[in-house]
Amino acid sequence: MARRVGARRASQQRVPWWILLLAAVAVAYVAVPFVALLQRAPWSDLGDLLGRSIVVDALRLSITTAFAATGLAMLLGIPLAWVLARTRFPGRSVARALVTLPMVLPPVVGGAALLFAFGRRGLLGAPVYDSTGFLLPFSMWGVVAANTFVAMPFLVLTVEAGLRAADPRYEDAAATLGASRSMIFRRITVPHAGPSIIAGAVLCWARALGEFGATVTFAGNLQGRTQTMPLAVFLALESDRDAAIALSLVLIAVSLAVILPLRDRWLTA
Amino acid sequence: MLHAAIGVQIGDFRLDIGLDVGDGEVVALLGPNGAGKTTALRAIAGLRPLDDGRIELDGAVLDDPAADVFVPTAERPIGVVFQDYLLFPRLSALDNIAFGLRARGQDKASARRHAHEWLERFALGEQAHAKPRTLSGGQAQRVALARALATDPRLLLLDEPLAALDAGTRVQVRAELRRHLATFHGARLLITHDPMDALVLADRLVIVEHGHVTQTGVPADVTARPASRYVAQLVGINLLHGIATGEHTVRLDSGAELTVADPLPGPEVALAIRPQAIALHGHRPDGSPRNTWTATITDVEADHDRVRVTLGGPVAATAEVTPASVAELGLVPGTSVWATVKAVDLTAYQR
Amino acid sequence: MKLRAVRLLAVVSVPALVLAACGDDDDDDAGSTTAEASAEEPAVEGDITVFAAASLTDAFTALGTRFESENPDASVEFNFGASSALREQIMAGAPADVFASANTSNMDQVVDGGAAADPQNFVTNLLEIAVPAGNEGGVSGLDDFANPDLLIGLCAEEVPCGEFGREALANAGVTPSIDTNEPDVRSLLTKLEAGDLDAGIVYVTDVMAAGDAVEGVEIPTDQNVVATYPIATLTDAPDAEGADAFVEFVLSDEGQEILQSYGFDAP
Repeated sequence: MARRVGARRASQQRVPWWILLLAAVAVAYVAVPFVALLQRAPWSDLGDLLGRSIVVDALRLSITTAFAATGLAMLLGIPLAWVLARTRFPGRSVARALVTLPMVLPPVVGGAALLFAFGRRGLLGAPVYDSTGFLLPFSMWGVVAANTFVAMPFLVLTVEAGLRAADPRYEDAAATLGASRSMIFRRITVPHAGPSIIAGAVLCWARALGEFGATVTFAGNLQGRTQTMPLAVFLALESDRDAAIALSLVLIAVSLAVILPLRDRWLTA
Repeated sequence: MLHAAIGVQIGDFRLDIGLDVGDGEVVALLGPNGAGKTTALRAIAGLRPLDDGRIELDGAVLDDPAADVFVPTAERPIGVVFQDYLLFPRLSALDNIAFGLRARGQDKASARRHAHEWLERFALGEQAHAKPRTLSGGQAQRVALARALATDPRLLLLDEPLAALDAGTRVQVRAELRRHLATFHGARLLITHDPMDALVLADRLVIVEHGHVTQTGVPADVTARPASRYVAQLVGINLLHGIATGEHTVRLDSGAELTVADPLPGPEVALAIRPQAIALHGHRPDGSPRNTWTATITDVEADHDRVRVTLGGPVAATAEVTPASVAELGLVPGTSVWATVKAVDLTAYQR
Repeated sequence: MKLRAVRLLAVVSVPALVLAACGDDDDDDAGSTTAEASAEEPAVEGDITVFAAASLTDAFTALGTRFESENPDASVEFNFGASSALREQIMAGAPADVFASANTSNMDQVVDGGAAADPQNFVTNLLEIAVPAGNEGGVSGLDDFANPDLLIGLCAEEVPCGEFGREALANAGVTPSIDTNEPDVRSLLTKLEAGDLDAGIVYVTDVMAAGDAVEGVEIPTDQNVVATYPIATLTDAPDAEGADAFVEFVLSDEGQEILQSYGFDAP
């Protein structure tokens, strides 16, 4: 009975069966590992596990740094996206390639590069450390720096695409009404790019939350200061499997809590 | 008062026009698509700097490349109504109108108060909080106009203000626009490709073709004496060029000769013939008309209760006849007919 | 380098002998019979996969090269990593032939899980403090690890060198001010080499392997911890013969010589 109804609905939508099949396989491919995880979960001990300081610290740190990194990425990335989308200057394609690089680079390599730049003996890190004693590695700010490095490209590319698709004539109209360039940017350009900014921020946040390689290489691993959820899971996996699963479940729950409420219409232009 | 000498080069296209608009005047810049009208508007608005020339408004120089003077768009005392209105989609009608006032430094409360006044003036009080996408074409146009006027500009620019409307609303909105434009006393420049817009709304016409001005004047003069084929076609008049071969005879480029009732004004003339004045016959007509020729029908097109018949041959022209004639004479493309026009129906003027 | 190894050998030989005596009697027997047998057996062929603790990287790579030159039809592939991570992979069914762990606890878990039998201790290792070349932090002993102004790194508690490092600090009565717990000893070394950390606790062999980039500061014997490394053929080894041959080689005089040249001590 159910199969017949399904078949009729499918043929009404006129989707070829093989497309539906492939799509179903895609969903299953992603769903099965989660189901396996849920099946292994130590449900009876969960409450106790989740109360442990290692879990609480890691969660707090992960969420804080993910939001901080997203905020920083928006502050720096939205103007950059605007420049890439709206201006022409020699070397623009080089700039765009550079900004995209962290997406392609293995995160550990990114972390190493950050060390070479901002570590105690790094290109910029050394003079700053010598004069002020400030050091990014081994601090929470190091985690934010690593997260921003790997996640910002997602925001920049998404917002740049949104700006390109937006109609520049509205900015002309605003100019004829006497709006200054910064007023145009604030009240016309950015709001019009709203959906792409939201989409970019979500991608950025999600990437920052899951970041591991660059964080552990650059910021190190210390509970409460630099041990984010992914790091905690990695180490727990070898010593305390149940804790690792509990941590993973929390990570999944937090991610879903942020991503699910975002409706399509906020993500499409 | 706007004095504009506009020189702009875009790739191979060169725009070179001179334009004056007095306070209290509505000037229409009329021309076919691609003539350069929108470029001219963008130059006056400051959205596209001049390559050479000079734009001056009420004595203040807005753009003078030779003197290295350029006033940015935001600082020009202008208001623009764009072709698609470009109302800010995320702002209500009220906030759209208030935008220009806020841009000029007014606080939100007083800007909104002023915007309300404008809404009332344009009978849009109920739409104050509506978003642009919920407004009808006519309402949107009024909001766009109010938005442009709210900042008290010295010059109002309108870019194809009725193009976004369907044929039915256009007639009514055109009449309304005429009334609203009359309430503004500064200089008004209107860009359009629709001759009806120009004829209804403008005090003076400037015809632009291929980047140059081909004719200026009040609507009545321009339609009576079209200086170019484009204008003639626009107003539905046949225009033929020829050389005077006598006081009353004109030899066309094709070699055919036509006789005109009034004395010719000069050696090179343009002959205007109303389509209705051309009569079609199945056989060579008897009687007086001096201007007789055979023509081949190239097109037959019904236009409400009249039929326009395009004629090829020594005298290329369009005749307008009744449907009955079409039936009676069997007028179909490819067939031949005899055409006549009375000398008194030919208007000649200097080219 | 070699002189130091000999010196260490002399210092450590007594406790090492004691440890060896405490080990299974079977170990000694197995060792002698296989040593005799290897002289007679033909060359091994096939691919041998060896999972080995990160601290064995340089030594085992050299062992692998020597083994391959003596057995031209065999090829040895290594997977180096934290012993705990390797243990997990083996328990999850990774296709390995040999497991060499940096501590007995990980090996015991593998044996308890039925994945290996008959482990044999093949080397011991001592801990040493490692500092960047130049020792700008002025580190002279474990007491300095309590200094909050210094950037201190340890291996994570879950990995052998982290467990032993903490034991050594406890022996010294020091509560360390830790800035990072690295997932394995190699990443700790990398940060020390780069000068991003002032001090860390690694193995003696690691300090040797790092050469000039890192300096070592001895940990006194009463504070130090001896790490015993066991090696075993895995029960589900795809190439059990090759695995056994490799283990024999590690335990042979030749293998031991190579290991000791890298700073390891006899088991």
